[in-house]
Amino acid sequence: MRFLLKGLLRDRSRSLLPVIVVAIGVMLAVFARGYINGIMVDMIEQTARFSTGHVKVMTAAYAENMDQVPNDLALLEASQLKADLLKTFPDVEWVSRIKFGGLIDVPDENGETRSQGPAMGIGLDLFSGDSREAARLNLDKSLVRGALPGTSGEVLLSEDFSRKLGVNPGEDVTLIGSTMFGSMAIHNFTVSGTVRFGNTGMDRGTVIADLFDVQQALDMDDAAGEIFGFFKSGYYDDEIAGPVVSAFEDKFGNEEDEYAPVLVRLRDQEGLSLYVDLTSLMGAIIIIVFMVAMSLVLWNAGLLGGLRRYGEIGIRLAIGEDKGHVYRSMISESVMVGLAGTIIGTACGLGLSWLMQTYGLDISEFTKNATTSIMMPNVVRSRITPPDFFIGFIPGVLSTVAGTMLAGIGVYKRKTAQLFKELEA
Amino acid sequence: MENNFIIQTEKLTKRFPMGKGEFTALKGIDLGLGTGEFTGLVGPSGSGKTTLLNIIGSLDTPSEGKVIVLDHSIGSLTAKEAARLRKEQLGFIFQSYNLLAVHTVYENVEFPLLLLGFPAGERRKMVMDALEWVGLTDKVKQKPPQLSGGECQRVAIARAMVKKPSIVIADEPTANLDAANSHNILQTMVRLNSELKTTFLFATHDEKVISYLKRKIYLLDGKVDKDEIVSN
Ligand SMILES: Nc1ncnc2c1ncn2[C@@H]1O[C@H](COP(=O)(O)OP(=O)(O)OP(=O)(O)O)[C@@H](O)[C@H]1O
Ligand SMILES: [Mg+2]
Repeated sequence: MRFLLKGLLRDRSRSLLPVIVVAIGVMLAVFARGYINGIMVDMIEQTARFSTGHVKVMTAAYAENMDQVPNDLALLEASQLKADLLKTFPDVEWVSRIKFGGLIDVPDENGETRSQGPAMGIGLDLFSGDSREAARLNLDKSLVRGALPGTSGEVLLSEDFSRKLGVNPGEDVTLIGSTMFGSMAIHNFTVSGTVRFGNTGMDRGTVIADLFDVQQALDMDDAAGEIFGFFKSGYYDDEIAGPVVSAFEDKFGNEEDEYAPVLVRLRDQEGLSLYVDLTSLMGAIIIIVFMVAMSLVLWNAGLLGGLRRYGEIGIRLAIGEDKGHVYRSMISESVMVGLAGTIIGTACGLGLSWLMQTYGLDISEFTKNATTSIMMPNVVRSRITPPDFFIGFIPGVLSTVAGTMLAGIGVYKRKTAQLFKELEA
Repeated sequence: MENNFIIQTEKLTKRFPMGKGEFTALKGIDLGLGTGEFTGLVGPSGSGKTTLLNIIGSLDTPSEGKVIVLDHSIGSLTAKEAARLRKEQLGFIFQSYNLLAVHTVYENVEFPLLLLGFPAGERRKMVMDALEWVGLTDKVKQKPPQLSGGECQRVAIARAMVKKPSIVIADEPTANLDAANSHNILQTMVRLNSELKTTFLFATHDEKVISYLKRKIYLLDGKVDKDEIVSN
């Protein structure tokens, strides 16, 4: 064994080069995984912030027809429910939201309609101190004109929408919608500013208002369409969501009542399960891709010894080393090479990922939008997760070992004397 | 079988596949070698010397006939048994030295002892003895690329001899050496032959080697042409 190690350390072409190849491969694999994971998780989190939460509580009936935003089926006594939720799940941040549809009407000085357009609205808790909703949706960074709502009665419009309507910050608009009980609701707001979402659908016609104002406007006193839950970790995770679901059912579940609250995980909404699964699958895909690529490189470069080392192997066999022993020592050697390369590569890959996670890559130069938008963050970040510390070992060690085994078959197949012919040549 | 041969062949034939047909490299070789011989296979290129050495050295197997080396029938050994025979009883010296380039002189000579599992203290003594035989005790820490051809071949001899094998097989050991080095090495081997009673079997067409042989087996076209014992 010491003999093996000595040879390995002294023969650069047998150790250094393969270690470098493995290290580079592993580094790229670890980095790629962190990077892709970062992008995918970002997209999932975007969706979570806007429409699904990590978990979301609604009435059973509302949940049935979620895409129609049936506010007549909203949760009543929402603040009490929210408080109960917080007590049961202190590690989850709970916020009430109301989604609503309606018409935004811009009056002229005589009160006649100057312009009008359909809007999707989001009512968020903007003013109570601990809600953090404005920050969650990155509202101030996405502001195009004007300011964030500062008091009750102020709203944000999407920039494109305000241009289409010809309305500027400071001007008044009227929301025409329907109350929780089905009658017409008319409410006046002042536009405090405009924002960009970076999503065509939302940029076309969105209004963001304070939750309390929306409750007033739509006659939804202390009601909320949806209560979002966000995990303290900041990221959606099935492992956290699972226990929350079962604990919720124990405490709040009631199958009889269609107005009873139900809790839905992120993955069960908007077809996100595929996406969530893909995110965890991504690691495996990357590992396989890099394993194949690395094996090919190592194999092609002849670094796995086989051919290049028939001479040495021939002499060892002549001196009386058993073929199996030679074969096993080649494999031990490749394990050492693989391990060394993987450790170096993982360290480098994690380092790079850490930089990308901490500082991010500003891609605003490449995107059309000069300003940051709500849906499309301009800074791409990697995300290091625990698997990044060990996934490199799979391609790193397996590819060297697999390559060596293949090369070693040559040793097994060949007659000893034949190895000598090649040796003498 | 009534004899005390340590190497014996009977009707040994070796055929190699060649294209569609076969090529017969050895055509019925009958030989017997006793302990302590200093014998060479002599003959022109292509006469089958290396082929015969490889079979006797259990690196290859006969196509037909019998080959008995130290009571082992070469044709019927498994790969493991053959490796064990080589490890315990045979030493090899090659034309191109075949030293392990990244290991020191000491480690090269030590290698066969590691395979045999000798304890460290004993190994050290045996390696130093072997290096003493070939006069290389001052080059212990050097690596083969830093040595001359003659020195490399002496390391190879030390490596073959360190475990005191019964038989040393040497295929053209002087082909890459100048006259002075060739004589030096041959004298070393003659000395070891008489001191340790090791049997030496050469393959050569080098006159210098031939002049040291005590028995010359002439091969021609895969057959024994002449078997000549030198009387002294
Ligand atoms: N593996 C093989 N396949 C086919 N033919 C072979 C093989 N090995 C040897 N031969 C043939 O067998 C014959 C004898 O070869 P061998 O190497 O034994 O000759 P030699 O006497 O050692 O010659 P030299 O003095 O050149 O080393 C040659 O004609 C050679 O071409
Ligand atoms: Mg030959």
